[in-house]
Amino acid sequence: MTTQQPLIELRHVHRHFKKGRTDIPVLQDINLAVHSGEILCLVGESGCGKTTTGKIMVGLLAESSGEVLYEGQPIHGRGRKEKSEYRRSLQIVHQDPFASLNPSHTIGQILGYPLKRHHLVSNRAELRRRIWELLTLVDLTPPGDIVNKYPHQLSGGQRQRVSIARALSVNPHLIVADEAVSMVDVSIRISLLKTLQSLRDRFGIAVVFITHDLALAKYFAWEGRVAVMYLGRVVEIGSTPEIIGSPSHPYTKALISAIPEADPIVTRRKETLPLRSDDIPSLVNIPAGCAFHPRCPFFVPGMCDQEVPVLEPLNGFGQEVACIPLTQGMGLSIRESNAAS
Amino acid sequence: MAGKEVVLSVQDLSITYLTRRGRLQAVSHASFDLHRGETLALIGESGCGKSTLNFGLMRLLPKNANTDTGKIVYTDQAGQKIDVLALNTRALRKFRWSECAMVFQGAQNSLNPVIHVRDMIYDTAKAHGLNNRGEVRERALELFRKVRLDPERVFNSYPHELSGGMRQRVLIALGLLLNPQVVIFDEPTTALDILTQRSILNVLRDLKEELGFSSIFISHDLAVAAEIADTVATMYAGEIVEMGPVNDIFYEPRHAYTLGLMEASPRLSVGREELDGIPGSPPDLVEPPTGCKFHIRCPFAIETCKTTPPPLEQASMGHIVACYKSSEVLEKGKELRSISSTARVARLS
Repeated sequence: MTTQQPLIELRHVHRHFKKGRTDIPVLQDINLAVHSGEILCLVGESGCGKTTTGKIMVGLLAESSGEVLYEGQPIHGRGRKEKSEYRRSLQIVHQDPFASLNPSHTIGQILGYPLKRHHLVSNRAELRRRIWELLTLVDLTPPGDIVNKYPHQLSGGQRQRVSIARALSVNPHLIVADEAVSMVDVSIRISLLKTLQSLRDRFGIAVVFITHDLALAKYFAWEGRVAVMYLGRVVEIGSTPEIIGSPSHPYTKALISAIPEADPIVTRRKETLPLRSDDIPSLVNIPAGCAFHPRCPFFVPGMCDQEVPVLEPLNGFGQEVACIPLTQGMGLSIRESNAAS
Repeated sequence: MAGKEVVLSVQDLSITYLTRRGRLQAVSHASFDLHRGETLALIGESGCGKSTLNFGLMRLLPKNANTDTGKIVYTDQAGQKIDVLALNTRALRKFRWSECAMVFQGAQNSLNPVIHVRDMIYDTAKAHGLNNRGEVRERALELFRKVRLDPERVFNSYPHELSGGMRQRVLIALGLLLNPQVVIFDEPTTALDILTQRSILNVLRDLKEELGFSSIFISHDLAVAAEIADTVATMYAGEIVEMGPVNDIFYEPRHAYTLGLMEASPRLSVGREELDGIPGSPPDLVEPPTGCKFHIRCPFAIETCKTTPPPLEQASMGHIVACYKSSEVLEKGKELRSISSTARVARLS
């Protein structure tokens, strides 16, 4: 997998947003590669930059600096035809199924536009056949019942299926699912995820799954990788079982230990990693050195607050972590002076 | 919980909304007892009636809602029984907040954005006859300390100066200001980040131990219910379909819907999991299905389920369920659990 050329690759990507006169660094030095057919989960709390990363991948946002490569070629400075091809290959499914479908168009129209725009059908009969096929793929059956409906006539789960069908309509190589199931009820979530999984298996589509729910990430991406983000940086990346089962970065450890579990005995026995502070620092004023150091119980003064840690391999299994005490082999220990308040 | 004093008793409560399409049965025949110090979690998906039920308890329903049947009996600190549905406006005002308070989802707009937190506190206290500002201030600062907020700073802040987690903690403190016996929490950790959610859950656990109030906890997140509840009630389409001690509900669910919810919730401590969603979607409550309202989506359904609604029956000590196939559901649940615990063991070794 690693020898193969990645489908999409971010190299040293930075992104700033301007707010008044201040520059807010939303992403700093992001390096990620997604291979075809792979599942990559981006997890982290709100404001960590996971959505911005997703948008940069599909070209909805431009990077401030750094490089985005699609099949080894930069995505900027392409000809019109190549650009259209790149745009077609990368699709996104947004979070809110109520806001992402045009309320005045029927489902048939919504699915028809991208097909016509990218000249994927040549006549009306073919268009109709393709729309039917798409609706069947996402389990909206019988298609005849759905195609003339408007979005408001569908439930949240059904709408999200339409969003997935729309993303699929142009035969993409990668789908970015941005919190695609977080607004859907528990009982519907799993079947939506199963639909996404089956599409990946069938067509070899890579999926970048953005979520704040680690348990869901664990379920969906068991065979894939998880990248944990904190304040605009990836702090740890590795295979899903490794990250969930033996997290290394203090932030990942804190997250995993904080998640309640749908099992009363297990969840009440769980030991939470005590943090030094509950408050997430503002992006306007990111702490020097490791951005997590003001909250980290393993903080080493004079080290963590000086140097910005970069992702480094931790073991031979492809797990990488950005934590100086860890990558220098010092290990982690809770210091008396850092005891939680 | 048996043997403990009942603080709030709800019997056969039904609430309908008048809509343009007809009568919408939002809550039907809900009954439960809330004991002193108990935390009851109401779980279920959006539209199952859990919020309506609680608005009904507080008599905060909108004008187009009607409480058709039922009785709500509240026992106050002096041991006097109060019929909540018969309270007049003045008595109701006293009942709300000082006897029974509600804490809303704080990430949304439950705090007035144009006044200071301190003024919200003074206003609330004044409306309930507490005019001594010094005392109120002391009480508020003490509560802020209990919910782990920086008391002075927060007291003199506007809501926009606080983060989502801090706002939620302010709401919790505000809810407890008048020392109510019953507190209703409406999704207090939804829309919060993981670490913030954890600190709110810890705050709630400590407060409960310290102050000993009873609470009703509305959540769609099973994991949060597992963490905080003593008793769990599952609601589906306006009905309480199963209720029992938290361990019974999670380890020995007897209603097909409860089992379905469990099977749709991924767990971090289990390795690879086989999960299943529940097919279909919740029913239209203007024209609810006949028989058991869940039968259309239920893998266990038999002919009787389609015609006759199952009665709520006692399954074991303190555990009631409305399902004809409860013993099959129980067996199936045990089978699935043994598979998942094998996965857990396999992962540990």
